[in-house]
Amino acid sequence: MNNSFIQINNISKHFADVKAVDDVSFEIKEGEFFSLLGPSGCGKTTLLRLLAGFEYPTSGNLLIDGTDITALPPDKRPTNMVFQNYAIFPHLNVEKNIQFGLRKLGLSNDEIGKRVKEVLSLVKLEGYEERFSNQLSGGQRQRVALARALVRQPKVLLLDEPLGALDKKLRDEMQLELRTLQKNIGITFVFVTHDQQEAISMSDRVAVMNDGKIQQLSAPNELYKNPKNIFVSDFIGETNFLKAETKSSDGEFINVSIEKLGVFKIKNNLNIATNSSDVVCSVRPESMMISKVKSDWDICLDAKISQTSYLGEMTRFYVETKGIEQLITVSSQHFDNQSFENNKCFISISLEDISLLNKK
Amino acid sequence: MNEKNNTLLIYTLLYFGFLYVPVLFLPIFSFNDANYMSFPLAGFTTEHYEEMWSKRNLHKALWASIKVGVVASVISTTIALFAAKAFARYKFRGEKISYGGIMMPFLIPEIILAVAILIIWVNLGFKLGLVPVTIGHTLFCTPFAMLILIARIEGFDFSLEEASRDLGENAWGTFFRVSFPLYLPGIVAALLLSFIISFDEFILAFFLTGSDATLPMYMWGQMRFVQKLPHVLALGAVIIVFTTFIVLLAFWLRNVGQGKAKKDIAMKL
Repeated sequence: MNNSFIQINNISKHFADVKAVDDVSFEIKEGEFFSLLGPSGCGKTTLLRLLAGFEYPTSGNLLIDGTDITALPPDKRPTNMVFQNYAIFPHLNVEKNIQFGLRKLGLSNDEIGKRVKEVLSLVKLEGYEERFSNQLSGGQRQRVALARALVRQPKVLLLDEPLGALDKKLRDEMQLELRTLQKNIGITFVFVTHDQQEAISMSDRVAVMNDGKIQQLSAPNELYKNPKNIFVSDFIGETNFLKAETKSSDGEFINVSIEKLGVFKIKNNLNIATNSSDVVCSVRPESMMISKVKSDWDICLDAKISQTSYLGEMTRFYVETKGIEQLITVSSQHFDNQSFENNKCFISISLEDISLLNKK
Repeated sequence: MNEKNNTLLIYTLLYFGFLYVPVLFLPIFSFNDANYMSFPLAGFTTEHYEEMWSKRNLHKALWASIKVGVVASVISTTIALFAAKAFARYKFRGEKISYGGIMMPFLIPEIILAVAILIIWVNLGFKLGLVPVTIGHTLFCTPFAMLILIARIEGFDFSLEEASRDLGENAWGTFFRVSFPLYLPGIVAALLLSFIISFDEFILAFFLTGSDATLPMYMWGQMRFVQKLPHVLALGAVIIVFTTFIVLLAFWLRNVGQGKAKKDIAMKL
């Protein structure tokens, strides 16, 4: 296993005076399912297109498997792409679409036939060889696009929001299928998405991007549990932000004054400066507890439920607490909107579930 | 049907009558057994068509028009294809100026274009003939061809070209295997319309042909002699039928593969 299979070294891409990708460096491992996640305009698609060769970087260089590909055109790169709109050739049937990229590989007719057959069974499209794009459903087109790219046996498969056009149920199915497929064939996947749930459920590692920069690169659970900054914390899942100020340091802990709640010792994982008001505390809705009676947790607040939304597997409560301006979101699997009399409840927080973040 | 609809119907009938009745006189008189265009009709004959068929100069002029038309339409469609691709696909410096430049022959009076080419051609010491006519027609047809092709290419999904590059094809391979087949109906429509424009064109030909007459020039020449009028009417009738056929074919081709949905939307609008 090669840990620096894809090397992205100080890559920048400027369009006029917009820095779409701004001095980004990281590595992707061989056989990894790697996601680029971020809001629209964050530079994720540009980065993918730089890898594919549709754009050339303003500065920096790109290596795949030790070869510098920075200046190579798309047809000379060991990558293939699944396009957002699939880009199935409308004048060719499914079989011809899949064969399209094999012509230049110098394979025998037998080998071509064999490969097409294999890949059709891989994406479960046997029997669809003669169909044209307009005779296929969205999910089937997606499979053709996947087959057409995989049949060339690329070193890296690039996927540009391939599930975006599918309805939710099909999307969930395809997520699972893509993940299984990737593990079976072992090709490195670089997957672009704006859907955080998609990224964290499928990927080995995720790079969260914003403003052309990598905000955090880590395993999905790390992103969720230990976000490195306020952007990541906000973008991945849901969270509550509480106003705070840091006081004195105490080894790996730091004393933090949280608005209206008092001063607490919180683990300082991110080496945040002391005596700073440029910080914020983040608490996930599901890490808090809502209850009918007072608890002995580190923090326990009197609260009043102002809104609930029932989501089936859980219920989300929006509660008012004394002194804190915004509503706090708490989710619970035990209680629902019928559980509380007069909307009175208690909210409990454990200190270890509070993450301290810099505002910038 | 209410009164308002009746008014519109009358208007529509008048409009089409005004447009097509004069044209219909050509075929009618071309079968009339007389040398003059006047009522009452004298009787049915195909004699004028036989006479038309026997004119050697007419054959020569027809052949000249076909040569000019084919060369001018192929060159102008080729130029228009490259230009249309650039305008539809890319943003670049001087885009508007180049667009205006190509569209210019569409807007300036043809006679001025003709005189300008004539002056330059003669001053360069070349002989008048079919070559300057072809050059003039190429200039004149290019904007038409480009408008047709831009309409075709603008609806084109350029990720198809990227997909082709991604699948290992170089720029030429991509053009021949993906772009060209998908542009083809537009290209054929542009070729046909350019050919028809060149085939019918009179003013440029009038200034530039010298002694090699094109078909419109031949007709012009024959019109001066009353007794030669009938076979020109026969020729005119044939040209009308042929032109209508080509134009309909071009419009049909322009819409081929543009998608039923798009047409449905157009209908609703």
